[in-house]
Amino acid sequence: MYVPIVLVIIYSFNESKISSVWDGFSLKWYVDLFKDESMFEALLNSIVLGLSSSFAAAIIGTLGAVGSSKVELKGKGIVEYISTLPIMIPEIILGMVFMAFFSLIGLPFGMTTLIIAHTAFCIPYVFMMVKARLVGMDKSLEEAAQDLGASKVRAFFDIILPLIIPAIASGMLLSFAMSFDDVIISVFVTGVNSNTLPLKIYSQLKTGVTPKINALCTLMFFVTVLICSLSALLGREKKKQ
Amino acid sequence: MLLPLFIFTIVFVLGPLVYMVVLSFLQRAETWGVTNEFTFKNYLNILEPVYLSTFVESFKLAIISTVLIILIGYPFGYFMAKLTAKWKKRTMMLLMIPFWTSSLIRLYGWIIIFRANGVLDKILMALGITEEPLKVLYTYPAVVVGMIYALLPFMIFAVYSSAEKMDWSLVEAARDLGASRMRAFLTVTLKMTLPGLLSGIILTFVPSMGLFFIADILGGNKVVLVGSLIQDQLMKAHNWPFAAALAVVLTVITSVMIALYRKISGVKELEGIV
Repeated sequence: MYVPIVLVIIYSFNESKISSVWDGFSLKWYVDLFKDESMFEALLNSIVLGLSSSFAAAIIGTLGAVGSSKVELKGKGIVEYISTLPIMIPEIILGMVFMAFFSLIGLPFGMTTLIIAHTAFCIPYVFMMVKARLVGMDKSLEEAAQDLGASKVRAFFDIILPLIIPAIASGMLLSFAMSFDDVIISVFVTGVNSNTLPLKIYSQLKTGVTPKINALCTLMFFVTVLICSLSALLGREKKKQ
Repeated sequence: MLLPLFIFTIVFVLGPLVYMVVLSFLQRAETWGVTNEFTFKNYLNILEPVYLSTFVESFKLAIISTVLIILIGYPFGYFMAKLTAKWKKRTMMLLMIPFWTSSLIRLYGWIIIFRANGVLDKILMALGITEEPLKVLYTYPAVVVGMIYALLPFMIFAVYSSAEKMDWSLVEAARDLGASRMRAFLTVTLKMTLPGLLSGIILTFVPSMGLFFIADILGGNKVVLVGSLIQDQLMKAHNWPFAAALAVVLTVITSVMIALYRKISGVKELEGIV
């Protein structure tokens, strides 16, 4: 599992441009990377995209999950099923469907379309995690709060929200990671000026790579490790409480 | 409270999906876009040998990858569930890091390994196993390895999550009652972990037909998947109705598999997905 990743890291320090030859240790690709403005732009785009779609998904998904545990409505099951479709059907289909749909309604391709598409496949993660958490929750707590005179809104913010926050957080973390890594859907809905980091790497991998990409990948890998450790730490804190 | 989810789902999920179905019955316009004529032509088009063989090839690749993933992933998930809590956590962490690492980074690692005179060739030649560089990059096996590597974690997590919940005393009971190890495994363990296994199969089989960038990067243009075909039809040939028809067929196949899964396992949500 780790061999390919380790190789990418090793070769990011390679002096030579041709990566099959080892010419000695060098940091010049990192220097190169930091000089490349289009990379920063792509990185910025990816972060904005990941944050906005995971936030949007958190709000819609959480409200949906809480709502669905309370309201009995005809057709609720079907809508819920459809809302989880984006992670069930192959990504490529989701990508093409969005591409066709956005051009039908005349939405220009760019950040907006990327955010909508990414939100669509992030919602199921938040929704399912929050729902699973709600199932295991003690309903009487909320009833008790309301009996003691709390309004519905108050009961939600004081009782339910603190209990489901961990689920929302992990749903968002997963959403962000998925969005940050997505190639397939982004390929279809991106515009001219909205390159994301994965798209940039993808086009470079296809056309021929410089070790600059290795350097970039190495940095991204360590960010991943950091996030993983953080979420593990969060989990540990939770247990302590 | 349900309103945002309902609106979003209907506008941005259901709407586009319905449009895809409609689109698949429309005629392609001479130059750009579509005309409003109803036709079955796009579906008949799929039956043409060129395109049909893409479907068959895609299936073959998906089946090969899935079988190999089961062979590696099932035992892994199974034994992982038997580890002590401490080691479970450690293994989980070890699995999570590559899983969360961008798939492109991992793919790139394989390019370094597979390319002519790359790491694999060097090792094999140094060991004297081969004389010439093998040039594995841009071949079928390279794509299979890429698929396995990308999708294996899904299988492991799915099998693990159902093996974890399993009541191991049932296996002991079967053994006490005289069942052989093999028999106990087949009648108890396999049955209990079936939801996980099936869910793992869906989670690996379905994406493996659509992951065109793996086929693209590791297979050059030699391996064409349904996914690559859809992308080509959309981006290069601009034949949207045909791409839509391909997508409808793929969606139907996927839905049938998920429906089968629900029927056999009796579980609504896929195991190990979150």
